[in-house]
Amino acid sequence: MNAPTYNFAYLDEQTKRMIRRAILKAIAIPGYQVPFASREMPMPYGWGTGGVQVTAAILGPDDVLKVIDQGSDDTTNAISIRKFFGKTAGVATTTSTTDATVIQTRHRIPEASLHAGQVLVYQVPIPEPLRFLEPRETETRRMHALAEYGLMHVKLYEDIARFGHIATAYAYPVKVNARYVMDPSPTPKFDNPKMDNCAALQLFGAGREKRIYAIPPYTTVVSLDFEDHPFTRYRFNAPCALCGADNSYLDEIVTDDKGGRMFVCSDTDFCEQRQAAGHHGTESAAPHKEKAHV
Amino acid sequence: MTTIAEMPAGFADKVLSAQSTFRSVMDAMARPGSVQRVAASVGTPAGMMRGSAAIALTLFDHDTPIWLDAAMSATPDVARWLKFHASAPVVSDSSIASFALIGDAASLPALDCFAFGSSEYPDRSTTLILQVDSLSQGPAFELKGPGIDGSAVLQAMLKPRDLFQRLVINEALFPRGIDVVLVHDDAIVAIPRTTRLIASGV
Repeated sequence: MNAPTYNFAYLDEQTKRMIRRAILKAIAIPGYQVPFASREMPMPYGWGTGGVQVTAAILGPDDVLKVIDQGSDDTTNAISIRKFFGKTAGVATTTSTTDATVIQTRHRIPEASLHAGQVLVYQVPIPEPLRFLEPRETETRRMHALAEYGLMHVKLYEDIARFGHIATAYAYPVKVNARYVMDPSPTPKFDNPKMDNCAALQLFGAGREKRIYAIPPYTTVVSLDFEDHPFTRYRFNAPCALCGADNSYLDEIVTDDKGGRMFVCSDTDFCEQRQAAGHHGTESAAPHKEKAHV
Repeated sequence: MTTIAEMPAGFADKVLSAQSTFRSVMDAMARPGSVQRVAASVGTPAGMMRGSAAIALTLFDHDTPIWLDAAMSATPDVARWLKFHASAPVVSDSSIASFALIGDAASLPALDCFAFGSSEYPDRSTTLILQVDSLSQGPAFELKGPGIDGSAVLQAMLKPRDLFQRLVINEALFPRGIDVVLVHDDAIVAIPRTTRLIASGV
């Protein structure tokens, strides 16, 4: 007798059909949050159950999957999700942004530009951009129906009144196809311009909140701002300590208890590709060699 | 009367055929006007093209009321096949249907017979699956909208001839509206509610 196995990509077929129908409506109405019957997954909420369900519904045997967590391919969350689909769907996995056909991401968009045919799947904790301004779902739903987004501009204005600039640094609200205001998930606002007119299909899954939304390729995505306070990107004013890149999003790493720190690329694949191509930063060791202990 | 033994088959491989068909439909929806192919082999009841049969088995189930036009319901074969393979309820009220299967596109009823969704829930709308004469030759339609880099040209023999004129209501209704999937044999083209006609030539 055969040992019992999971269905391809873990989810049962009825669940996949339900998610697939939601994805199609999400693509047809860019930025609108489609409710779906989110399932319990074999990992806790907050570990990307929404993204995992979207990935499971679209993944096929020929796909090449990349999973990143804050830009990194080798953190616990990224590795466990990659292994999960390696095991349940037998798909090939990669860390290379250009080789992947499906990229599941937590809170970053890769630095390398995405190409047509790729699908970027975001893990979303709170899909409703208006939720912290208006807790009632009935009200936020009506606000979306009427395109009544004044409250969001008031919030951004209050940032300016209090801090002198728009202090929202991540989950920076965007308007998709000049209609729906959308939460881009907690990506740094540095990544917002990459969503605009992107060649790849972008899908968003929120497991706990049971919502799926999407941005089709080549769709206008505008970060909300004011004429006199235009949207700006933000990055630490330093080159990457490992690859010397001065245009990538940086993580700050504390190296000792005396205030020492270094800045390195958040996108590990981007950083490794640059190092392999011969770019060096101030702290880079010889590639792939352990330092000799004396 | 057809017995189960005489009924056309469903997918040879339910799981992977549904996955590959879904990806074709998803790519079609994400790139309106582009022609995608359904690769999966699937049995077809009389009156149904391969593309529509594969879409039915990929997306229909007990949660999705299906409306059939006169051509599709001329014989009980299609309804019986849908019931057996997809457990999908066939309804006579088109305004509550999740999907409408149109076999004879020339006699497509007025679009307001179908569900447009509500302003709060625009996703609760009918998706039309329209079988057409050709998706590779015929008059050219120049399209724009999300999913299209600049503009896309679709060459198709469309019925009804004024399909895009009728779909203009999508512009006024948005975010409510009707999404259309055109099918010819194994070729599919999606026209989601955001797609606009720039020009049409002959």
